[in-house]
Amino acid sequence: MKKSTYISLFVLTGVLIALGLIVPYWLSFLITVALSKGLVVLGLMLLMRAGMVSFGQGLYYCAGAYSVGAFSQYFKIDDILVLLLVAISVGGTVSAIVGLLLARYREIFFAMFSMAFSMILYGILVKSTSFGSSDGFNVISPTLFGWAPQLEGGPILPFITISLIVMIVSIMMYHYFNSPMGMAGEAIRENEIRVEYLGISVHRVIYYKYIMAAVLASIGGAMTAMTVGHIDPEMAYWTTSGEFVFITLMGGTAHVAAPFLGAVVFELMRSFAFQYSPYTWQMVLGIALLAIIIFLPKGLWSLKSKIIKGDQV
Amino acid sequence: MTALLETRDLARNFGAVTAAADINVKIDAGEIVGIIGSNGAGKTTFINMVTGYLAPSSGEILFQGKSILGKQPRQVMRAGMCRSFQVAQLFPELSVNENILIALSMAENSRLSFFRPLKTPDMEEKTKSVLAEYDISEYGEESVMTLPQGVRKLLDIAMALLSGPKVLLLDEPTSGVAIEDKFDLMDTVMRAVKKSGAAILFVEHDMDVIARYSTRLLAFYDGRVLADGPTSKVIRDEKVRKLVIGNHLDLDKLEAANA
Repeated sequence: MKKSTYISLFVLTGVLIALGLIVPYWLSFLITVALSKGLVVLGLMLLMRAGMVSFGQGLYYCAGAYSVGAFSQYFKIDDILVLLLVAISVGGTVSAIVGLLLARYREIFFAMFSMAFSMILYGILVKSTSFGSSDGFNVISPTLFGWAPQLEGGPILPFITISLIVMIVSIMMYHYFNSPMGMAGEAIRENEIRVEYLGISVHRVIYYKYIMAAVLASIGGAMTAMTVGHIDPEMAYWTTSGEFVFITLMGGTAHVAAPFLGAVVFELMRSFAFQYSPYTWQMVLGIALLAIIIFLPKGLWSLKSKIIKGDQV
Repeated sequence: MTALLETRDLARNFGAVTAAADINVKIDAGEIVGIIGSNGAGKTTFINMVTGYLAPSSGEILFQGKSILGKQPRQVMRAGMCRSFQVAQLFPELSVNENILIALSMAENSRLSFFRPLKTPDMEEKTKSVLAEYDISEYGEESVMTLPQGVRKLLDIAMALLSGPKVLLLDEPTSGVAIEDKFDLMDTVMRAVKKSGAAILFVEHDMDVIARYSTRLLAFYDGRVLADGPTSKVIRDEKVRKLVIGNHLDLDKLEAANA
């Protein structure tokens, strides 16, 4: 990554945060949720680049959210950094255990097993009264060392935090995707036999990727919980995981920024579709996905190269 | 002296079918060994067992005197034994440069870096020199999917040799390659192998290639080693002629053409 790219990214993040202070609260709220989901999708993209499609990222999205909710409620701690660390620890630990099994499977088996684990968590949560059963429970608004900036409409700390997280994660993931370990994913997708005969454990590479994807999903879930202020078991339901797959297809997998672009477009599209067509908004989303698959099979991010090359879109 | 690679009573059954049995072979450093046999004779099964792709039903495999039985392909590779495949095993949607870059990074270190860039000037320089060594520099930017079969084979072998193995096993290196290109391909491979000092075992159906390049020949028949010895002697063996090569071949002409 060039020095000028770093500077552009810092400036862009600064501009985004400044805009968040100016735009109506509903918009900064929507972008916060979208970027949080973008983190989950980035993890999914990491797996997809290795040829694995997970229909169970809701497991870690929900685990991150519930760990934040439970920790803040029972220990009366509202510091955003502590809560994020808790979410990362929970997501990392759970994935390190589940990943031992899942890293052995591929294709439809991986997809179904990942969904099964997510549905197990869903089943546990809807039956546990201490976590509010199917209604879930509220999560307190976070602070940063006691600081909790407010805008007209609500707290702005989650927006500032997610903007900074997205910047840091994007830089890290950019370097990761261009590293030998990052490229190993594409090599595995293309030919596992050759990777093994180059002396690399395919199982280990997939395992690490699975944990990384889970940690990203946990951060996304934690940020969503702190932004929305409420969590429920639906976060682990398979349709939530399906939504992440939907966004991944929308954004594409060619660049670190693609998941965030896909997530923002998705959230905007869903909000407007729901507002103007409350009974048929799912149909609107379905048609949009169909259109993207037909006209932009590599996702919205492929628009960039098409525009630069001057091709017809 | 301890053999570089040794198999003892190696056998593999698939249910009631015996794919390989009683295989006792010793390979020493620097040897160039050809392997012949009709389809189903056990040649590829032998290579698959030796390289950890297939677990033997019984027997022992020693590499530099140590057992490698039950080792995974990556462990066999790290021990010093690499292979190419009948169908070249590459990363088809990536470019030739990317294939070599990935192979270089993996061959150099089994613990892959999470943050060091794959494409450094040093790695790109190494990639260029590898492509130049195999005379495929002009294909560097091309996608593997668009490559001619001979170039694919060379790339496959080049990737296998990047880790500097002590033994290289090639499964039909000239299959699918145009007749006029097969000797060029083998010359390039032999040049690279000799430079690395590795012993080489190659499965081949083309007797011209066998006669020209192998100094020792293993003839497989019905899952067993029918004959093992200097190439010129094995191809004149009566049983080998009857069961493997066929009597139609003019051996004097073959040897004269490939001397």
